[in-house]
Amino acid sequence: MLEILGKTNFDFMGKRKIAFLFSGIMVLLGLIAIVQIARGAANLGIDFAGGTAVQLKFDQAIHIDEARKALESNGVGDAELQEFGQDNKLLVRVKASTTIEEKTAERVMAIFTKEFPNNKFMVESSTEIGPTIGKKLQEDALIAVVMSFAGIILYIAARFELRFGVAAALATFHDVLAVLGAFYLLDKEITLLVVTALLTLAGYSLTDTVVVFDRIRENLKLRRRDTEEATINTAVNQVLSRTIVTSLTVVLVLIPLTLAGGEVLHDFSLALLSGVIFGTYSSVFVASPLLLLWPGAGGRMMKRN
Amino acid sequence: MKKVGGRFALLALVVVLSVVFFLPSYKPLYQALPDWARKILPDKGITLGLDLQGGIHMVMEVDEDRAVEIAVERSVNSLQDLLVDKKLPAESVKRTASNQITIQFANAELKAQIQKLSEEYPTFFEVDAAGSANSLVWELREAEIKRIKDSAINQALETIRNRIDQFGVSEPLVQRQGLKQIVVQLPGVKEPKRAKDLIKETALLEFKMLDEDNQMKMDFPARIPKEKEAEVLAQFQGKVPEGDQILFEHQIDKDTGREFRTPYLVKKRVMLTGDVLSDARVSIGEFNDPYVSITFDAKGGREFERITGEHIKKRMAVVLDNTIYSAPVIQDRISGGRAQITGTFSTQEANDLAIVLRAGALPAPLKIIQDLTVGPSLGQDSIDQGVKSTFIAGILVVVFMIVYYRLSGVIADFALLLNLVCLLGALSALNATLTLPGIAGIVLTIGMGVDSNVLIFERIREELRAGKAVRLAVDGGYDKALLTIIDAHVTTLITGVALFLFGTGPIKGFAVTLCLGIAINLFTAFVGTKVVFDLLNQGKKVDTLSI
Repeated sequence: MLEILGKTNFDFMGKRKIAFLFSGIMVLLGLIAIVQIARGAANLGIDFAGGTAVQLKFDQAIHIDEARKALESNGVGDAELQEFGQDNKLLVRVKASTTIEEKTAERVMAIFTKEFPNNKFMVESSTEIGPTIGKKLQEDALIAVVMSFAGIILYIAARFELRFGVAAALATFHDVLAVLGAFYLLDKEITLLVVTALLTLAGYSLTDTVVVFDRIRENLKLRRRDTEEATINTAVNQVLSRTIVTSLTVVLVLIPLTLAGGEVLHDFSLALLSGVIFGTYSSVFVASPLLLLWPGAGGRMMKRN
Repeated sequence: MKKVGGRFALLALVVVLSVVFFLPSYKPLYQALPDWARKILPDKGITLGLDLQGGIHMVMEVDEDRAVEIAVERSVNSLQDLLVDKKLPAESVKRTASNQITIQFANAELKAQIQKLSEEYPTFFEVDAAGSANSLVWELREAEIKRIKDSAINQALETIRNRIDQFGVSEPLVQRQGLKQIVVQLPGVKEPKRAKDLIKETALLEFKMLDEDNQMKMDFPARIPKEKEAEVLAQFQGKVPEGDQILFEHQIDKDTGREFRTPYLVKKRVMLTGDVLSDARVSIGEFNDPYVSITFDAKGGREFERITGEHIKKRMAVVLDNTIYSAPVIQDRISGGRAQITGTFSTQEANDLAIVLRAGALPAPLKIIQDLTVGPSLGQDSIDQGVKSTFIAGILVVVFMIVYYRLSGVIADFALLLNLVCLLGALSALNATLTLPGIAGIVLTIGMGVDSNVLIFERIREELRAGKAVRLAVDGGYDKALLTIIDAHVTTLITGVALFLFGTGPIKGFAVTLCLGIAINLFTAFVGTKVVFDLLNQGKKVDTLSI
């Protein structure tokens, strides 16, 4: 039997103060990110903010400064440029202020044709999104998130207890906020794909939390004499090897996707990768200790069953 | 003794069904099948999303207000004709608001006579009846405005469908979204710009007369570069006689390919529109230059004959979307219901022109509110890189499971494969569209599949450590993990359903794969792997388990 960990007996609950401090900082960062998004000050992808993105593939290498200069001198000064050096690819993004009627994409292409006549390019993709669509997408995403949280709390409350549901939802929220905060700090663009990744990691983190809670519930029935803190600690230790093996497998999947998945998948996998780490951490250090904060519920689980 | 036969049969059935449904998704293999097999098998599988195979996704809105204006302008035209017919000399008939016509006349006695004409325009009602003695204001009824707006979107849908059919795209999607939006999806389109132009073009064909007498006095520049249009318009603003407008002829220098414009003074009155066309085809002229020959329907042919007969030796402009294509001199009365649109265009342009003329005009211009275009090369890159990295990831997981759980790891890998086969089969059966977020859903599902096995195996190990016999340990492990796995899956399913109900586009695709994956996961974890363990435990007593 190959084991990463044998039988363990770490005092996870004892470290909850440090954990809460760290998590508090991450959540704060995430909240700042949300406020910035709501204010329109964050690096929101054009699928949410509206605007134009054109990805061009040139025959020869193109210098990002020259490209910027060319765009500026032709009146497209507010563009963001990003190059993918190895393939001579250039991504030009112009955000919402312009409307789609202005045909920004065509203008950008015309400028490059004019300014770099000897460096032919192919249009790999062009995206133009009107501001109304972006707004709708934001609203839809928000409704979906609120509904799924409500559903999860209800289900877990029914299967366990209300405090379990709330703790699970909070822990999941914590993970999403932490990754969002990290992306905000790194000034990564928040696109629809990143939001999908956030939702995926919410699903993952939830599973993780439910597995730990399940064991806590089981132990609450078996070990009636232990304190709740001890019971929770035991449960976390019991599922620890599963937690680590599963996280490790998912990390194994995500590392190749992050490194070799191509530019489209890179940010997505990065969000998931950080999410898995936070998700694993939160089911041990956030969700379970949160149960201890909810007072006076010690023996109820046993009585009910 | 647990019977494994029935469960094995079930597994086999599921796998066979999945493969059958998946077959059409893998084109090379599907094409290689004999005809009779293809007849029995389902003919549609998974379609790749635009992000994977390239193509266009556009959301457009019909400019409804403009559609109303256009309808009112048509009534203005026909009213002008009617007034001439009835010999009622009105000074002017104009559209004065988006839904209003104002008729002005010098002689107040005409008022009653013109009011009578309103019988012919039942969709209008007279406002301000007690107002000026020398003018009348008609307004379009609310009900009619609503009808025009409704029919505008349906007409636009129909027209776009026609055009795309003739352009030739495999599996296009043209559908209404909400009240006034149209979604167009053209997967795998090779010339996105051309396709977009073809869809967007209003393609309103009009025949108008040049105002040759006044043109002389205007002193227009002969030929200007395309960009100078606005300048010329500004320069001559205010000098244009009442009832006339400046339109530009579109010209391309054959040698340099540069576009030029020639301004003309054209009478606003529309002699004939493209409504009366029955066909439009590309022909090649004597100097090898393409032109479009059009055929009028019976009514249009008669009209065209009358109009040409009345305007011999005068110049008539062929106007498409307010651009003149040619302005030939009418040599003779043209009967037979045929005409030609010549101009400087390439064969492809002539071809596209014929398509839009055949398919008919849009009732109003379209506003594009979302436009995603992915070139075929990027799609291929995404697939290649995605497939390659997913493959590496898969191998890593498979190897890890075998190293960590030995023979049981092999069983877990078998479950993983089963998962993937069933998921692809289910997606094929639903004719789902696979996008990048969809692939993300698959990755998450596979992660959950691995997790289910890890949960079960760790439980079995605990049971074994507690000293239970192999068969009891396996059964105990499955039993105890069952509730955990169900709880974990149901919570994720709740997220999936919420995303499916409230998400749009790509997020929905993610939700579909996620929900399907969860259901399949439960099946493979509790039927798929359990049956293998039971098979191992069947018959002779097993003392050790490779886990």
